[in-house]
Amino acid sequence: MNVLDVRRLSTAYQNKVVLDSLSFSVRKGTLTGIIGPNGAGKSTMLKTLLGLQPKLQGEVEFFGKKLETEKKRIGYVPQRGAVDWDFPTNVLDVVMMGLYGQIGWLRIPGKQHRQKAMEALDKVAMTDYATRQISQLSGGQQQRVFLARALVQQADLYFMDEPFAGVDAKTEQTIMSVLHELKEQGHTVLVVHHDLQTVPRYFDQVLLMNKKLIAHGPTEKVFTTDYLSKTYGGAIQWLEGGFNGRHPVKQ
Amino acid sequence: MADILLSSNFQWVFVSAVMLGMAAGMMGTMSNLRKQGLMSDAISHAALPGVMIAFLMTGEKDLMFLIIGAGLSGLIAACLIQGIHQSTRIKEDAAMGIVLSVFFGGGIMLLTIANQVGQGKQSGLDGFIFGQAASMIRSDAMIMGVLAIIVMLVIVFRFKEWKVVLFDPNHAKMMGIPVKFYESFYTFLLVVTIVIGIQAVGVILMAALLIIPSVSARYWTHSLLIMFVLSAVFGGISGGLGTLISAFGEGLPTGPFIVVSSSVIFLVSLFLGSKNGLWIQRMKLSKYKSLKSSHDVKED
Repeated sequence: MNVLDVRRLSTAYQNKVVLDSLSFSVRKGTLTGIIGPNGAGKSTMLKTLLGLQPKLQGEVEFFGKKLETEKKRIGYVPQRGAVDWDFPTNVLDVVMMGLYGQIGWLRIPGKQHRQKAMEALDKVAMTDYATRQISQLSGGQQQRVFLARALVQQADLYFMDEPFAGVDAKTEQTIMSVLHELKEQGHTVLVVHHDLQTVPRYFDQVLLMNKKLIAHGPTEKVFTTDYLSKTYGGAIQWLEGGFNGRHPVKQ
Repeated sequence: MADILLSSNFQWVFVSAVMLGMAAGMMGTMSNLRKQGLMSDAISHAALPGVMIAFLMTGEKDLMFLIIGAGLSGLIAACLIQGIHQSTRIKEDAAMGIVLSVFFGGGIMLLTIANQVGQGKQSGLDGFIFGQAASMIRSDAMIMGVLAIIVMLVIVFRFKEWKVVLFDPNHAKMMGIPVKFYESFYTFLLVVTIVIGIQAVGVILMAALLIIPSVSARYWTHSLLIMFVLSAVFGGISGGLGTLISAFGEGLPTGPFIVVSSSVIFLVSLFLGSKNGLWIQRMKLSKYKSLKSSHDVKED
């Protein structure tokens, strides 16, 4: 069953084409790494899929339906830099904001919402920081708070924009275990990712892109030197020696 | 002196000025968090030509018409700033500088004309520059007070939604909150708050009532809700005090006294604020230093 269908999606900034006719489908319960060089349009693709940026053409379907009706089933973890961390609020409050879509207008968050938010914080090992002012968090802690805000939504499909960028080892481990747990529970996750070395360990599906879609499929079939050099334009020689052309997973 | 305080006209003006200060404090919190403090300054300066055109067209100083005129020219200015910024390479601050000065210059020119040809001088149109709360009649004060209360209610009843839109607009969109609507509505509320205040506070200093209370409030709290409340309190005190002081002297402008009152609150907050104040930061630093030095001694 497909949770995401993308057909000929294109977008542009002014006159520059950023996404060039992307088509792919994502199956339920998969964990996909979106890989490509800087400026390949990875973040732009996420934002365009989610309607946060206008598209030039193409169709996007979530669970076989239009985005507008399915928004509550979709969670989005933006890059850390997307918000001002000096904003006057604390950790628990940010996580509770993930529930505002469910609480309804004119209602005040109640005990059960606080409970849910604390559970989400527990999953990312941040319960000790619940009352901490968000400006006092480290980069990794900020990332875990963002993840908790998405988890509390209990969405079926998650998009994460570089959750591993510039975080400490503990955060990386926490995020990874959360991702695998989500997958085991049948959720679908797409992650923009930069660190090529960890790709085979982290993801069962890989989507290689550089404005165009290069390849998409199971990691062992797609995460190959051939496809990677197509994606990165031949600047990926070091892989030859390290991986010996074979896939680490198969070794 | 006591006569003034006891007159029901003044009491209306005073209460309305407090309401205005509170609404401005709340709106200012939003502007500050959106990093658009200067936008309110541009809009309030740009309101002047609207006031003058409304006066020249109707020939009388009916506050409702003047407010509508001010609102329209304020909105046009806000759209122009956005338009210039988005369609040219001109940065937003430069666009604000251009629009603010052109509109304000035009307004002063129209004011001169109104003073020469019409009964502008007798009507006290000059009061719109620096504000003249004492010159307000009861019905003016009521319009100001009621609109200020409406602005506050709109913020309070949608507090949750405003909060998400302010913190992370993209996240708000994903939760199905109509962010574009809230953003336009924010600009509308900002313009309303500014134009109802220009008679009492004046176009030049209206921005102070929006910006200073919320900046002061930030020194006392890390909570958005408390920041809104404190900012409203600070704004209310500033608006009330400014009106009170200007009522004592004949013809004293209100705006400058409001700015002085809010500046005092700001200075106290800057130094003594319990969360980000300079004093508390110094205390934390010296505590850390002494901890560190005692730690160093142990290591030796």
